[in-house]
Amino acid sequence: MKINSPLEAYKYLPQTNCGECGEPTCMAFASKLIDRSGKTTDCPPLIKEKKFAKKLAELDKLLAPEIREVAIGVGDRVAKIGGDDVLYRHKLTFFNKTKMFFDVTDTMEEAALVERVKKITDYKKFYVGRNLLLDGVAIRAASNDPAKFAAAVKKVIESTELPVILCSFNPAVLKAGLEVAKDKNPLLYAANKDNWKEVGELALEYKVPVVVSAFNDLDALKSLAKTFAEAGIKDIVLDPGTYPTGKGLKDTFTNFLKIRRAGIMGDTEIAYPIMAMPLTAWMSGISDPISASYWETVLASVFTIRYGDIMLLHSMDPYATMPEVHLAETIYTDPRSPVAVDSKMYKVGTPDENSPVLFTTNFALTYYTVESDLASNGINCWLLAVNTDGIGVEASVAGGQLTADKVKDAFEKSGFDLKKDVTHNTVITPGLAARLQGDLEDKLGTKVLVGPMDSGRLPGFMEKNWPPKQ
Amino acid sequence: MAKKVKLSEMTDMFKDVEILSLEGVTIEGDIELDLSGLGGGFDPMLAAILGQENAVLAQHFARLAGIFGVPVGFGGAPAAGASAAAPAVSPALAAPKFKDLIPSKFDFSNIEEWTTQIQEVPIGNTSADGGSRGKRVVVGGEKALPFFPDAPMPNRNQVTIDVFDMRIGLAKAVKENYDEVMDSPGEWAKKNVEKFNADMITIHLISTDPLVKDTPAKEAAKTVEEVLQAVDVPIAIGGSGNPQKDPLVLAKAAEVAEGERCLLASASLNLDYAAIAEAALKYDHDVLSWTQLDMNAQKELNRKLMKQCNVPRDRIIMDPTTAALGYGLDYAYTNMERIRLAALMGDEELTFPMSSGTTNAWGARESWMVSSPLKEDSDWGPREYRGPIWEIVTGLSLAIAGNDLFMMMHPTSVAVLKHITQTLFGTIEAEPIDLANWIGSGV
Repeated sequence: MKINSPLEAYKYLPQTNCGECGEPTCMAFASKLIDRSGKTTDCPPLIKEKKFAKKLAELDKLLAPEIREVAIGVGDRVAKIGGDDVLYRHKLTFFNKTKMFFDVTDTMEEAALVERVKKITDYKKFYVGRNLLLDGVAIRAASNDPAKFAAAVKKVIESTELPVILCSFNPAVLKAGLEVAKDKNPLLYAANKDNWKEVGELALEYKVPVVVSAFNDLDALKSLAKTFAEAGIKDIVLDPGTYPTGKGLKDTFTNFLKIRRAGIMGDTEIAYPIMAMPLTAWMSGISDPISASYWETVLASVFTIRYGDIMLLHSMDPYATMPEVHLAETIYTDPRSPVAVDSKMYKVGTPDENSPVLFTTNFALTYYTVESDLASNGINCWLLAVNTDGIGVEASVAGGQLTADKVKDAFEKSGFDLKKDVTHNTVITPGLAARLQGDLEDKLGTKVLVGPMDSGRLPGFMEKNWPPKQ
Repeated sequence: MAKKVKLSEMTDMFKDVEILSLEGVTIEGDIELDLSGLGGGFDPMLAAILGQENAVLAQHFARLAGIFGVPVGFGGAPAAGASAAAPAVSPALAAPKFKDLIPSKFDFSNIEEWTTQIQEVPIGNTSADGGSRGKRVVVGGEKALPFFPDAPMPNRNQVTIDVFDMRIGLAKAVKENYDEVMDSPGEWAKKNVEKFNADMITIHLISTDPLVKDTPAKEAAKTVEEVLQAVDVPIAIGGSGNPQKDPLVLAKAAEVAEGERCLLASASLNLDYAAIAEAALKYDHDVLSWTQLDMNAQKELNRKLMKQCNVPRDRIIMDPTTAALGYGLDYAYTNMERIRLAALMGDEELTFPMSSGTTNAWGARESWMVSSPLKEDSDWGPREYRGPIWEIVTGLSLAIAGNDLFMMMHPTSVAVLKHITQTLFGTIEAEPIDLANWIGSGV
């Protein structure tokens, strides 16, 4: 983004304060443009009225992110990558979470291929009110045979809505794959110093995004990107090579840093999304699959944090994929979003006067974890979020933000009356706040049950302990 | 350097670990297994095997036996015909659009605002320094973000492995490694150093908590002496987290460890930090300055330690709090990255090395729970593999954010974290790998 104050964006707006965008003033809308929570398309006059066309074009240019945004695939599961404006997430936020593509080869048996694609498509891990998913399929032309590759690509796109990457350095093979997948906007991997003319031509002919590849040679990489850009190819992804071990890995890390820093600092010739290939861990001679999976996860972690926008991965073992999807979520979560939920009494399901009453902290992660554990297991109950300044249970008990007085105060403020709104006069405390039990019984005048150390064990706890024995 | 391990050596290796049973697996001959690519401290065989249940182990080992006959080389065996077929480019594809590559030179400049070096802090006194440690650990000294090309990191990351002064509840995958030494802090410490390659030991005096055993400070100090005698690496001394008792416990521990330059963990704003600082100065120790995910509180506490308590700069390490992957790591990560960036740009209240309670990763249910409590989730897989990688990813993320010292628990996690951080640090060699044929390689 070339501008950083709302005033600069305001100059290009209609300045009528019409309110059609939902903001009271054009200045308020301008600040949304600057923090990237709003888009120029949200301003109807700017889009519709011809007299603003020139200003709109100029403004869009100024607001364009430093790193080009590239879309792969079509439909709901389109994978957008790049689009970043900063080197550190706290400076704004990172956009377009790192996309995880898992590999298949065109030499796999059909049944195994379809099963793996289905596994990639169906993967989900619940996290704070949503599911973390995998993003796409990378099809490797291991056969180097155009017909075989085309058949595998066909099978994959019949089996999933996920975006695909066509992987071969052989233009004839890529073309065969493109013929089958041309309506799916696949990513083409890859143009290198040997095949760039042919692959570049394919990218232009089929209007698809393309990877330029130069292993550990940033001059060559930039040269390829520049040549493609001048020929009219906009959607470029960079592959500087991912060496999995030793000095090669250190060089790779350094290359990623250098490319992204140059791009954010304004070198438009190299300001494209970067591809990392943690699957090269499997080429490093680690003979046992668990260690190889671990090392692949380690590489994925390094390049999720430092500027990998799209990744090619191999291991589908849960102990590899789960930390990978969690870390991408971690690094790309908007740091400007609130840490805490409102401190009040929440209903989980349809609680009544016989339903259990629990409390937890108002730290968003804690609250949503407890809430989903209860809801997913069909437990109807009352759940009080106590204001602990957005700190989790264990830390807030240690730090004095979660005390019997705080809990009492939260009950009073919520308007929930333990004596009238429920019949059992019982409160369940988090297991990690067990030491508050005595104090709570005194302050609240109720019976206090100590719940499990982890809310994942609440279903079993309820079976044993609810309703409470008189 | 490719590291070849002979089967006979492997068996010895496993014998040392004392958790392996080779029943049901017959291995003949002296076949070499290639472990290249991960030389140095990381032993993938060992790493994969630690912390597993026997059943899984036997199965795993049988699988390994199956591959013994197949030498594993670099790049894997290419799929049949993959590399043989030359790219068949039809001339019709060659395009008039493109003529020649446009030459371009990649330029890169260092960050000019990084003007200030992080303080170097030594832990542990050798005989030359008036103590009895066999070596000294130095953390800090960076002039750039970790592993960045702007300026080389002067000191590598260090790992201190936890010891507790009583038997405590631990995740199963962790406990398996320590079960037989959990009643003896000295033996526990020894195992951490000798078997698990710990750079340091942290002795947590948790039994001193009035709600646990209320062990008197004087008695707890004996445990510290026991650990100091058992191992000669530098040590960190932790309390129970009870804000009333910790200053007393740490002061007594500091006294019996006089001259050893231990790291006292921790001074915080909600306890008598001055008492801990005083003990550190009087008996020659370092202070861990602990705050909860709050950069301003961290500045305040550091300022108080320096100005009110006169703690010299080379005796302060910060613990800005570690939250586990999936449980607030985003805050912990960014808090550390901001602290480090502010320090490099000259904020003298933050120019200290950082320490992470990476063990907190074991609080994440993903690391210890048998399976997901949510029916909708994809299979979580075996927990004995989930836990260590959770600790690794939590620690590694913070290493990249700027953390220097890691307090950890699982031996595999320690091995892998050391291997990746030392690779990025630049001290681990591996044979070069040709990526050109990755598409057709037998991965």
